[in-house]
Amino acid sequence: MRLKPENASFKAKVAELSGESLDLCFQCGGCSSGCPMTEEMDLLPSKVIRFAQLGLGEVLDSKTIWVCSTCFTCEVRCPRGIDIANVMEALRELKLRSKYDRVSLDSLDPEELRELPQIAIISNLRKLTA
Amino acid sequence: MRLPYYPGCTLKTTAENFEISAIASAREVGIELMELPRWNCCGTVHALARDDVMHYLAPIRNLIRVEEMVGEGLVDEGRVVTLCAMCYNTLKRADAVVREDEEKMQKVRDFMERETPYGGGVEVTHLLEILKDLGWSKVADRVVRPLEGLRVAPYYGCLLLRPRGFGIDDVDNPQILERLIEALGADVVNIPFKTRCCGAYHIVQMKEVVAELSHRVLDQAVDAGADMVALACPLCEYNMGSRQEEVKRLFQGFEPVPVVYFTQLMALAFGLEGATGFEQNRPDPRPLLKERGIPLEVS
Repeated sequence: MRLKPENASFKAKVAELSGESLDLCFQCGGCSSGCPMTEEMDLLPSKVIRFAQLGLGEVLDSKTIWVCSTCFTCEVRCPRGIDIANVMEALRELKLRSKYDRVSLDSLDPEELRELPQIAIISNLRKLTA
Repeated sequence: MRLPYYPGCTLKTTAENFEISAIASAREVGIELMELPRWNCCGTVHALARDDVMHYLAPIRNLIRVEEMVGEGLVDEGRVVTLCAMCYNTLKRADAVVREDEEKMQKVRDFMERETPYGGGVEVTHLLEILKDLGWSKVADRVVRPLEGLRVAPYYGCLLLRPRGFGIDDVDNPQILERLIEALGADVVNIPFKTRCCGAYHIVQMKEVVAELSHRVLDQAVDAGADMVALACPLCEYNMGSRQEEVKRLFQGFEPVPVVYFTQLMALAFGLEGATGFEQNRPDPRPLLKERGIPLEVS
């Protein structure tokens, strides 16, 4: 498949950051059927992989990459051995590295912050802030 | 047997009941959990981006502490014991990355030039694995108050099992918590969602979604007739236990069900009255235990 240069370069970046061979995916949908978060997603995980295969950068505007909870259910179910969570992380990182914050610490209620376990706050900010 | 023990931050705050019950119960089966000196945060999540070496520093620094303990003879083995599923995962995965990738190992060493270089001699384990190695009969031998008639649904969540190769048991049908519950004399209640995600860190900004996910698991447990849910992750406990009021608010008719750490059940069955930590759990499991004929001296 021949991609336009901008698409090829986006695809290469995602592959490099995630360490995954995106072309292995044959769209069986196993990741999407097992994902516990699909109800909150705009693109199914399998579609995110398809976007990445085609090098379509608009996938970075998808809600899905932020809704993924990195539970690795897709990883254990993928018959092609793709760690989809790694691809989700690569996409998040591409967005976060342009100084994007999905969650703002200032918007959080100090009372709640005191009650939340530290692991919740730290992991959330690691995943969702630049 | 003295083993190095990495608590992690949350075991000192919202999951104190996990730590207290684990240390006391482990001692009963002959394991002395020796807390790492000067430990630091593990980072909570493993850095998945291939170029993100910086986030390996925190977990690896903890493993250096373990090697120092071994070197000083403070512990008998280089197997570090974790309790929190997130700590287990980050320490184990960071260790695997630097062991497999010489270049990354060198980078980590260069970053921490004032530290003793990490030698790669640590094995990251979870307390459940240590108990399994010890043998369930050894655990059963210590039981002075069998949890007869108590119906417990084991819940694993994500990071005790996944990703493949980094879990404590089979990814599809784990049995390690089941064996422990049986060894303590309680009945295992199987729920299909025992490996399903509770919503994890989304509790910070998507509270209702997490309540919904937690509800699915809890509701299955209630439907299956479980008296309580037993788990091993302070984030799962928070979402499914401490935040159950939110679940109740969103789902009319939902019956609250106590959520406890597996170590609290051990402490209870071992007769370690002062080390169950049940007073910290929400909902409080004590009234139910009393109802089931497992009386607790409430101080």
